[in-house]
Amino acid sequence: MTFVVFVIATAIVLLGALGVVLARNPVHSALFLVQSLVGMAVFFIMQDAQLVAAVQIIVYASAVVVLFLFVITLLGVDKRDSFAEPLKFQRPLAIGLGLLLALEIVALAGKHWPHGPVCAEGAECSIKVASDFNVEVVARNIFTVYVWPFELVSVLLVIAVVGAVVLARRTPGDDALALEHDTAEVEKVDA
Amino acid sequence: MPVVTSNYYLFVGLALFTIGAIGLLVRRNTIVMFMCVELMLNAANLTFVTYSKVLNDVSGQTAVFFVLVVAAAEVAVGLAIIVAIFRRRRAVTADDVDLLKG
Repeated sequence: MTFVVFVIATAIVLLGALGVVLARNPVHSALFLVQSLVGMAVFFIMQDAQLVAAVQIIVYASAVVVLFLFVITLLGVDKRDSFAEPLKFQRPLAIGLGLLLALEIVALAGKHWPHGPVCAEGAECSIKVASDFNVEVVARNIFTVYVWPFELVSVLLVIAVVGAVVLARRTPGDDALALEHDTAEVEKVDA
Repeated sequence: MPVVTSNYYLFVGLALFTIGAIGLLVRRNTIVMFMCVELMLNAANLTFVTYSKVLNDVSGQTAVFFVLVVAAAEVAVGLAIIVAIFRRRRAVTADDVDLLKG
């Protein structure tokens, strides 16, 4: 039963990931990304990380993807991308390097990978992951062991929000620059 | 039916990371490139959760939270940069940002 669920979730995740890369329309890419993220939430539930799975759906599949869709539609770039490649060897080289990366990971780390859900030798096994109170266990960990990183990360979020507002704000020079750019493009086409 | 062990999940994470990396190199639309980065972050999250289960240590799940926060911050700032570039250059493909080319 677990194996069937695993195979289905793997198909959802990997087909979604391939869809993100291969879809020509950025809106379709964003929707394939949702598919991949939901499949990933199934993996999290299968490994007793219920809280992480819920946060995955709420934050990633909802908030982040909605942000992507907002920007795609706001900029009006939701038409088909051209797949033409100006650099001749870029695409085969990219795929080759990607596969080389995968091979490297298998070669370097593959033999250390665990083959079963066991408590590794010498590992701290006092915190039960497989408890009925996943939220409690995670919360205790965040608010005791990792309380300083947690506070710092909130500062990071504030900085990111302020930075996003400053970057996306319309400054007076922008329209003039865009006009200049458009004029230059027209002149390039004319010449 | 085979029993699902932890290295199955790690292989899925590896495949997902590879697809994300190749997509990041192949695609030229900056928004799609961002989505590929999200895929790679998700592969890392899956590995964190898998090892959290294997080592019976909940810190792996805590790490996923920090990854989520950093990913959200990265998306907010990154998309703001894309909007700013679009305002000036009317395009979002990586090829159009060639001001340093000389």
